[in-house]
Amino acid sequence: MAEKFFFLMFAVVAVGSALAVISLKNPVHSALSLIACLLQVAAIFVLLRSPFLAVVQVFIYVGAVMVLFLFVVLVLNIKKAQLETFPKGRRWFAYAIVPVVGIEFLAVIFGKSFTATGYEAAVEEVKVATLGRALFTEYLFPFEVVSILLLAAMVGAIIMAKKRWD
Amino acid sequence: MIFTIKDLLSIIPELIIAGSACVLLLVDLLISKERKACMAVLSILSVIAAGVASYWLLGADFMGAKSFAGMFELDGFSTFFKFVFYTATVLSILLSFHYVKEEDINLGEYYVLMLFSLSGMMVLASGADLLSIYVGLELMSLPIYVLAGFLQNDVRSNEGAMKYVILGAFSSGILLYGISMVYGLTGTTELSGVAAALSDSSVHVPALSIAIVMMVAGFAFKVAGVPFHMWAPDAYEGAPTPITGFMSAGPKAAAFAVMLRVFMEGLQPAYEQWMVMVGVVAVASMAYGNFVAISQKNIKRMLAYSSIGHAGYALLGVMAGTEEGIASVMFYMAVYVFMNLGAFGIIIMMRKGGQRGELIEEYTGLARSHRGVALLMLIFLFSLAGIPPTAGFMGKFYIFMALIHRGMVGLAIFAVLMSAVAAYFYIRIVMLMYMREPAGEFEFARSKGIYYALFITTVGTVLLGICPGYLVKLAEMASVIM
Amino acid sequence: MVPLTWFLALGLILFMIGAVGVLIRKNIIIMLMSVELMLNSVNINLVAFSHFLDNVRGQIFAVFTITVAAAEVAVALGILIALVRNRGVFSTDEIDTLKG
Repeated sequence: MAEKFFFLMFAVVAVGSALAVISLKNPVHSALSLIACLLQVAAIFVLLRSPFLAVVQVFIYVGAVMVLFLFVVLVLNIKKAQLETFPKGRRWFAYAIVPVVGIEFLAVIFGKSFTATGYEAAVEEVKVATLGRALFTEYLFPFEVVSILLLAAMVGAIIMAKKRWD
Repeated sequence: MIFTIKDLLSIIPELIIAGSACVLLLVDLLISKERKACMAVLSILSVIAAGVASYWLLGADFMGAKSFAGMFELDGFSTFFKFVFYTATVLSILLSFHYVKEEDINLGEYYVLMLFSLSGMMVLASGADLLSIYVGLELMSLPIYVLAGFLQNDVRSNEGAMKYVILGAFSSGILLYGISMVYGLTGTTELSGVAAALSDSSVHVPALSIAIVMMVAGFAFKVAGVPFHMWAPDAYEGAPTPITGFMSAGPKAAAFAVMLRVFMEGLQPAYEQWMVMVGVVAVASMAYGNFVAISQKNIKRMLAYSSIGHAGYALLGVMAGTEEGIASVMFYMAVYVFMNLGAFGIIIMMRKGGQRGELIEEYTGLARSHRGVALLMLIFLFSLAGIPPTAGFMGKFYIFMALIHRGMVGLAIFAVLMSAVAAYFYIRIVMLMYMREPAGEFEFARSKGIYYALFITTVGTVLLGICPGYLVKLAEMASVIM
Repeated sequence: MVPLTWFLALGLILFMIGAVGVLIRKNIIIMLMSVELMLNSVNINLVAFSHFLDNVRGQIFAVFTITVAAAEVAVALGILIALVRNRGVFSTDEIDTLKG
């Protein structure tokens, strides 16, 4: 019972801040709303008995990615963005198709698909040791590929952002 | 048991490419600006080394097995595609030698990023689990985003790369949503496990449809199929031309490899569902791509729309859902690498007044003064249009055969009609070259690299058109993946 | 106990909001943030399934998704910096050198 209350609280704040992200004019305000949303998602991870993932979410998503976003937003010119008006044109497409598709999918989700047996909740929380062991044995290959990916992304980002090299 | 020697041996080609990319990153520091061409030579050597390793692995007795706890699959299918990727990479590097000097983007990191992207493609082709597929997909794409924007001083390049990144990330998100749904419905992300769970038929159909729609949408973006093609014309036009060639050949072939594997191996039990969606994207791509290409004035943009059309033909091969269909798509991708990179090689050669020669009207009257170049361009354009006896015709022929044997004759006829429409804008360039008088002097960018590349692509295009049998047989042998 | 469908519904709603955000807004930074919303919704899905299937795979996948998303953001922002430095522009409305 208490869990449902907490879940609803986090969900409402998450959806609210997500709506704020896509509708606020100032990118800094949007970034702060996104931070709020990401924190709600981390809380939901805790509800799902994955505290490690919640901490990872806060450290990496909020602590690194959003800080990077804010840094770039603040370094680049803000005034122009504040003057940006809400654009016309593509709005009707997004407003028409996406909610229809969304409601359709919601109907499927709340239908019979996911209430059958086989979806019983795990009782204990996932230990870090379990995750770590899996990451280094079963999932070793994607782990190594991701490390190469991080190197490639680093090289690429630096090349792009560096000043002209003459 | 973390991993065995067998596991390590099966990823030797990937290790070679990724390892040499890292080594080259350091070697780049020791090479002076004037001699950066050795970076290109070294990267070609490493690709050749990986090719030798792949060939050697063909004879290994663990061929066809999965390694690394089911994440990586070494079989004929992935090896075939890896050779396609090697060819695309080597050709693109050959075409880059002169171009990077002219456009002042002569950085060692250019080649390093290409190698990283190649390693991503290889991981993608061998991915037997949705996790390695996703990771390989991103490893392939991130360097390409950067390479597309490599011409830092050109706004078109920046804009093209920006559109590519945003739409790429968007489609990754959609694909991931589909993957998460598949995981939720089947309890695993391993492709063979997914197939087993789905054929159990206890999976509720509507939720599976959501998953399939999302995955088709995500993959359709990567191959630039309509209606997820919006990034292609801008990214193709803005990117450095050798990179446009690379983008149109390598990642596209990799995306088809992964589409074939996921849809034929993993989602095979759900054939009726994804067949329709893939078909819709295929038809829309052929129609839209070929019609819009007619009105283009920039040749790179025109080739972008033409590659949207070609993606449509290949998607028909995927839709056929038989081993013959798989083999025909594999053959088509090999053919596509040769003819597309050949056309881009000619485009790179054309420079006008120190600028990149990219407008179609600049090819007017080429045949009067330079017969050889015009003849090569004619071969490539005919191949793209699908006119015998070029490789392009053979590629389309096998796809249509696969469709007809499956009973989808209507689609095959539609594809032939679209080919006819496409032939219009290819032939139009040929007419421009041969029937008109030249407007001015032609200046060419001449370099050994371009000559080698043109030689290889011409031989490939003509040879595969006249006697495609060997490669088709290879593809058929390799297509038995289930 | 919170039922699985609630988590999935939240994931779907966040996904749709993110998708709408990418399609509507022309400010590149906000488009990128909307993509991050989408990726987070996928993470919610993955971890929820992992919990209800008693399978660690979903959480591992979520870890990888977070990592790849971070790398993607770095590259995207790098390209944005190159674009702004060249053009001094910030919204896709003004990016029209390439037609269509």
